[in-house]
Amino acid sequence: MRPDTGFRRFVITCRRHAAAAGLLAALFISGAHAGVLPEDEADLLYFRYDGGGVQVQGPSMLVRKSIGDHVSIEADYLIDMVSSASIDVETSASPYDDERTQYGLTASFLHGKSTYTVGYSDSTESDYLAKTMYASVAHDMFGDLTTVSFSYSKGDNDVFRNVKDPDGHKINDPAFHETLETQNFSVGVSQIITKNLILQGQYEVITDEGWTNSPYRSVRFFIGTDQQGQQPEVYPNTRTSNAASIRAKYFLPYRAAIDGMYRFYTDTWGIVGHTAELGYVHPLDNAFIGGNWIFEGRLRYYTQQAADFYQDIFPRADFSNFMARDKELATYSAMTAGLIATYEFKIDRFPWLSKGQLNFRYDYMAVDYDDFRDARFSLGSFGTLPDEPFAPGTEPLYKLRANIFQFYVSAFF
Amino acid sequence: MRILRGLLVLSVLAFGATGCSSIEPWVKPYDRENLADPIMAFGHAPNSQAFLDHVFDSREGSRGATGGAGGGCGCN
Repeated sequence: MRPDTGFRRFVITCRRHAAAAGLLAALFISGAHAGVLPEDEADLLYFRYDGGGVQVQGPSMLVRKSIGDHVSIEADYLIDMVSSASIDVETSASPYDDERTQYGLTASFLHGKSTYTVGYSDSTESDYLAKTMYASVAHDMFGDLTTVSFSYSKGDNDVFRNVKDPDGHKINDPAFHETLETQNFSVGVSQIITKNLILQGQYEVITDEGWTNSPYRSVRFFIGTDQQGQQPEVYPNTRTSNAASIRAKYFLPYRAAIDGMYRFYTDTWGIVGHTAELGYVHPLDNAFIGGNWIFEGRLRYYTQQAADFYQDIFPRADFSNFMARDKELATYSAMTAGLIATYEFKIDRFPWLSKGQLNFRYDYMAVDYDDFRDARFSLGSFGTLPDEPFAPGTEPLYKLRANIFQFYVSAFF
Repeated sequence: MRILRGLLVLSVLAFGATGCSSIEPWVKPYDRENLADPIMAFGHAPNSQAFLDHVFDSREGSRGATGGAGGGCGCN
């Protein structure tokens, strides 16, 4: 049997942080308006990510419904279909396809100026199971100018490794089963500053304990001065991260809005990250283009310093206790530009529909790595060596370019 | 100085949490029309925002404090 190695990072990382997403959803929904339950809503979304040899696409559904004046229930479901021939896969394995399904259930309870939210999500994939529970509380104060939120989530993950049996079927390696426990602690404040300006701040601590790396990926190392070998990655089995962000949104005099965000990140692996984002929203509700349109442009910049135990190529085998060659732990910077077009409508025959929206979003992402080289120039692709291989450590630096599409319909009741 | 500033912020928060009603809201409810406009919302449809946040999450070493990240878990 050989490992069905592949580009798992894209999937594994987000499963690991599923808890955070659900948690933050609760924080946002209840946090910004603690004294008001979120609007009844149904969303149907199709997404597609295409970049670096990886395609991820699928549908996602979400329904939120109030029960009386004090309870709101939200359910969501999604399917990820992954087809991967990423650079990691090209240099060490064969392409693979996989599918993941996830469902989540959230309940919010309104009591006076406070909203209490609890939720559960479950994610299933052939080599990864994730179960997450979360809870948050948000409270309005100072004449509803300030909302303070506290959140906690806990995730239990089971990590498997797929291999192929003698008939070529994908099965879990019976000799490999690891676990990972994650916990998220978050506090947030939303503050109205003026009648046109709102500020939000958030601080979040995330801890991991257990199997933190991919069971598939390898590091490479020098053999002599011009040869290279590969061995499995070794990560610490704990990680604690701290992230603090502040964002502001300002209503312009002619009914448009600008917003900005900055986030600082640091963790026990030595990664230091900076994120900055700008956005501009401009509604157009005139007869010239027909109907009510909202256009939005977004620009996001991200940069990070590598993890302490990351190297593109290590001086020798077993060079240190921990070794990684995951490009997400490398030093790099990235720019993402996005455009969103929203068409709002009402249907007279459906008076129960307060508002409908058709949305299209496109983002272009460009990532330039400072210390992750394109090893296809030396190791080749899917076992085929290049005609004129580069010496290890002299390959050109890797660049990732990705197109991200989303189309979704929202209905508010 | 930093510690003093931190204590000041904490005491203001604690003061508010005890239900003090002496602080007058400086933006009255009838002055919040602009803030209530849907274009002032942070983030977009919950599953759309969650999908994009997870794209970044899986590409980047940083994680957490993404604020308006939206609902469900649209992981991928």
